[in-house]
Amino acid sequence: MFFGSGVLRGLMVTFKNFIASYFRPANQGGLFTVEYPEKRLPEKENFRNFPFLVYDGTPENLRCVACDICAKECPPKCIYIVREFDKEGRPLKRPATFDIDLTVCMNCGICEEACPFDAIYMDHEFEVANANRQEKLLYHRDDLLKSNEYFHKIRPTDAEAIDQRRREAEEKKKAAAQAAASKAAKPPEPPKPGNATPPPSPPKPDQPEQK
Amino acid sequence: MDALFVNLKQSMLNLAGVFLPEWMTLITSMAISMGAIAVLGPVIMMYLTLLERKVVGRMQNRIGPNRVGKFGLLQPLADGVKMLTKEDIIPRNADPVTHLLAPILIVAPALLVFAVIPFGRNMTAVDLNVGLLYFIAVSSTTTIAIFMASWGSRNKFSLLGGMRSVAQMVSYEIPMVLSVVPVILAAQSLSTNTIVEAQSGWMGFNWFVFRPWGFVAFVIFFLCGVAECNRSPFDLPEAESEIVAGFHTEYSGMKFALFYMAEFMNAFTISAMTVTLFLGGWQGPILPSWLWFTLKTFCLIFIMVWFRGTLPRLRVDQLMGLAWKFLLPLTFINIFVAGSWYFASLPVRITSSILILGVSFWIFTQLNKPYVREKRFYDLAD
Repeated sequence: MFFGSGVLRGLMVTFKNFIASYFRPANQGGLFTVEYPEKRLPEKENFRNFPFLVYDGTPENLRCVACDICAKECPPKCIYIVREFDKEGRPLKRPATFDIDLTVCMNCGICEEACPFDAIYMDHEFEVANANRQEKLLYHRDDLLKSNEYFHKIRPTDAEAIDQRRREAEEKKKAAAQAAASKAAKPPEPPKPGNATPPPSPPKPDQPEQK
Repeated sequence: MDALFVNLKQSMLNLAGVFLPEWMTLITSMAISMGAIAVLGPVIMMYLTLLERKVVGRMQNRIGPNRVGKFGLLQPLADGVKMLTKEDIIPRNADPVTHLLAPILIVAPALLVFAVIPFGRNMTAVDLNVGLLYFIAVSSTTTIAIFMASWGSRNKFSLLGGMRSVAQMVSYEIPMVLSVVPVILAAQSLSTNTIVEAQSGWMGFNWFVFRPWGFVAFVIFFLCGVAECNRSPFDLPEAESEIVAGFHTEYSGMKFALFYMAEFMNAFTISAMTVTLFLGGWQGPILPSWLWFTLKTFCLIFIMVWFRGTLPRLRVDQLMGLAWKFLLPLTFINIFVAGSWYFASLPVRITSSILILGVSFWIFTQLNKPYVREKRFYDLAD
């Protein structure tokens, strides 16, 4: 080849790129930039960022029972929970305060894995930039509450499996309760000597489930 | 349509003639031309930055600026505001006078050369009879300003850039001027207007670039022009990866913007001059003359941007070698070919000139081959 033919070949490569950027789709050498604020890529289901609290139906009906397990498991200790008490001072099964500090949270997802009540899950929210890190980035209970429907929307597979599991547990509990009720309704048989079986105890209401 | 701007200026002058004495209309005429150039230069520069960023972006599979205004059309204005409001830093040890003067002195010649560019039929601001000489002389003073900037900054990178710039300018000035000689021979004039008119005929396609010597001269002139205005791949004076930013390392804010302005206006004037000398200037069928001129000029500017998007920077020795060992002898051959062009009949002169130029091209490439040492074998190494 003659002197300078390499330069011409190089020029052809960039010119092809230039033309392709106008007339070709992204998978054939065209532009593959997604102009973010206007257009965005579909979110991956397994993407996880920052936890949220799940409630069923209404926000009062949240799953969290303020057991404090996630706060204890949290490696950077960004979760702060205070249990709610009623007027007589008896503890209730729900948190009065549930704070997560976003500036401290490292998005590890251990809270999700530790929670025995399916109450806390990792979110898809990533546009969390803010001008005030002391107040705006400290998420309180009401900021964290999101419905089960939202969970279904962002992570359909996981949400479906968890709901299935919860339904089965619920049915088992109901069946056990029914069995116990029917047994209680029957007149207690006189205990046979030497064969004292205690009535089957109902399963503990909130047994930790293997995930 | 063809005389749109000429008529516009004439009507403005007629309007002024109603109120003003005759000597004042002369001054008004000058003022209109000066004002047009003073507005045109910076506006062209601003939109060349946008064009360059867009085109290079596309070549690199990016979109380029598109946030400010539709298609990023207001991006140059945003950049201008940013540049104006930036802090102007002068190094403590710098020579303040030189440091201040350099950006001003570099913009002045870049604007001055607009005076002799024929933007269209009867659209040359000043029809100098030595227009081409004026262009070459004024545009080469850029070197002094660049060297002032580099020396006045008192920074080693600046000085290195300035030294490189001087070496490069001095080397490339020679083949650039010599490649113009065939055109002067053919047009028998140094006036840019006459040179354009010498290329009329053939439905407006009787351009010098369609002759063998014209083509060679065109390529050499354009390459040297790219080197003259410090554009990639000849951007050694401001090589980012080697010497920070070269001669404008110590400049910020509007002074830096002035350097950029000079660079882009030089790119425009070099393209405009190449069009004038070789591509028939404003000659062309159907479309109005100024539109033809603009189209051709922007084609050449696109080629400059294309170079920048494609080619890596040359080494200093490669740069010097290209100018002195390749382009310079080729221009001498070219002058000879152009001179003998008029002494032979058509078939003879075409074949002979192509033959001479081709053979000399081949010889120079052979002579310029880099020395590659033979592969050595070490028989007793093991």
